[in-house]
Amino acid sequence: MKSNMLNMVAVLTTITATVGAILGGVYKLTEAPIAEAAARAQEEAIRIVAPDFDNNPIAESDTIESHGQEIVIYPASKNGAPVGAAVKASSRNGFNGEISLIVGFEQDGTVRQYRVLSHSETPGLGAKMEQWFRTDKNRQSIIGKHPEKSNFTVSKDGGDIDAITASTITSRAFLEAVSNAYKAYMNKPIDAMSGSSTHTSTDTITQPHNEEEVTR
Amino acid sequence: MNKLKIILNGIITENPTFVLLLGMCPTLGTTSSAINGMSMGLATMFVLMCSNVVISCIKDLIPDKVRIPSFIVIIATFVTVLQLCMQAYLPALYESLGLFIPLIVVNCIILGRAEAFAAKNNPFDSLLDGIGIGLGFTIALSLLGATRELLGTGRIFNISIFPEEYGALAFVLAPGAFIALGLLIAIVNKLKTR
Amino acid sequence: MLTYISIFITAVFVNNIILSQFLGICPFLGVSKKIDSAIGMGAAVTFVMLLSTIVTYLLQAYLLTPFGLGYMQTIVFILVIAALVQMLEIILKKVSPSLYQALGVFLPLITTNCAILGVAILVIQKEYTLVESVVYAISTAIGFTLSLTLFAGIREQLQLNDIPKAMQGIPIALITAGLLALAFMGFSGVKIC
Repeated sequence: MKSNMLNMVAVLTTITATVGAILGGVYKLTEAPIAEAAARAQEEAIRIVAPDFDNNPIAESDTIESHGQEIVIYPASKNGAPVGAAVKASSRNGFNGEISLIVGFEQDGTVRQYRVLSHSETPGLGAKMEQWFRTDKNRQSIIGKHPEKSNFTVSKDGGDIDAITASTITSRAFLEAVSNAYKAYMNKPIDAMSGSSTHTSTDTITQPHNEEEVTR
Repeated sequence: MNKLKIILNGIITENPTFVLLLGMCPTLGTTSSAINGMSMGLATMFVLMCSNVVISCIKDLIPDKVRIPSFIVIIATFVTVLQLCMQAYLPALYESLGLFIPLIVVNCIILGRAEAFAAKNNPFDSLLDGIGIGLGFTIALSLLGATRELLGTGRIFNISIFPEEYGALAFVLAPGAFIALGLLIAIVNKLKTR
Repeated sequence: MLTYISIFITAVFVNNIILSQFLGICPFLGVSKKIDSAIGMGAAVTFVMLLSTIVTYLLQAYLLTPFGLGYMQTIVFILVIAALVQMLEIILKKVSPSLYQALGVFLPLITTNCAILGVAILVIQKEYTLVESVVYAISTAIGFTLSLTLFAGIREQLQLNDIPKAMQGIPIALITAGLLALAFMGFSGVKIC
């Protein structure tokens, strides 16, 4: 078709208008499912890591800002009594940037389960953390361990956890995020850029401040 | 033109990856596993089929000078529709393909087929061409993904073939993408000359 | 300041746009037979990438986000890039014919260079500020030019080699690129905090 000013403008306007209308419609249609999918993913992660609960952890969640990092605590309770929490935390010290994860704690602070939410670690190396730290082999699992009874640093740094083979940096960052989550859960101050290596293990085991937990 | 021939043309004679060497970015970027490669292929195929049909339908109404911008807008629309639907119904897959979904817009295969085929043929043939080229792309990406996954981790579609310890990790990482594709194209070249 | 240096090092070496992010492969394979044309392409990409990132960033911040039109991102960005390339071609032809002669042949190829659209979307995803986005765009373009030029240098040498027939052309180029990517992997994990 030959082009002249009139038909060029007319065609482009028609196409753009049609496209705008179609996209607006599709957006309206998918808006609810998209929000739902995101909410469901979050709830699923909490359900996997936290102890069995009957409250609404998302509605009761508490966000703590610390050194530019956001830590979100999702308290879990059953029949009105607190049973633990899921805590979303992150570390920027990964091999390739940020590692974000969600850790579930029992009421006394024992690690129950975890899930890695997002990361950009090397596939086949650092990315193994999604399985590694919950595989019951040698000393690599953190499940069922208490961050104050065990030293949550890699064995190379004198800790009690075996790092992922050839991925010590990832392992350190992972444990740092877990420690931060634990400290936030226990309401303890978080050190700036705390590498897990600065974490000092204490022999005295402090009980969780139960009353604070409930009121928070 | 024989209808079956149009489809086979896209899969074999004009295979976009191995013969035309188009759309290299998603080919290399999303094939760290067979399943990712296949999903990317199918996503591209969806956009290609839709854009081919629509462009073929309205080809006579578009003035020559604004042909390319109009094609780009139509392609971008289908990419956005795909983006929104994946976010809503396949969020995990959308996450793993990431940036490469919006980048389907600049995949040379799609604009190339719009220009070379859909702008000259009827809608039905254009649909067949979209299916053919799309399948060719999907097969190529699945093959490359399977090769990399097998050599890198000892698995294909997550089914273990040999123990992971014997895999060459580099094939899952960036260098392996280039090397595996280079070798696959060399094999195709060898087969062609026979 | 440290943030900017960190962005620079990461974009040029650690997460090189071509060798680790797989964006802009088409020009990487297509325009890498001679060092001269590689540098020309690099310059043209730098120019367009910087301009388009600024324009799309402002559009996103002042038009798409405030009006809840985030879903129009892909369509708006690609149109802006296409229009920008076209405009640049016209302006260069009028204002600086010599520059046009040097870059002109590469400009039409740039619209479908996914690195440009990729960077425009990435700076939004990474939630960079405008200055950070500009630094990121320039660094990425430098990384692009660097690997393109290195690659062209290797390919010039490659022409003198006796390569099996099936491997000639693209296959051997891809394998060379793989080895280059392997070398660039040595940078991974490097960071300035």
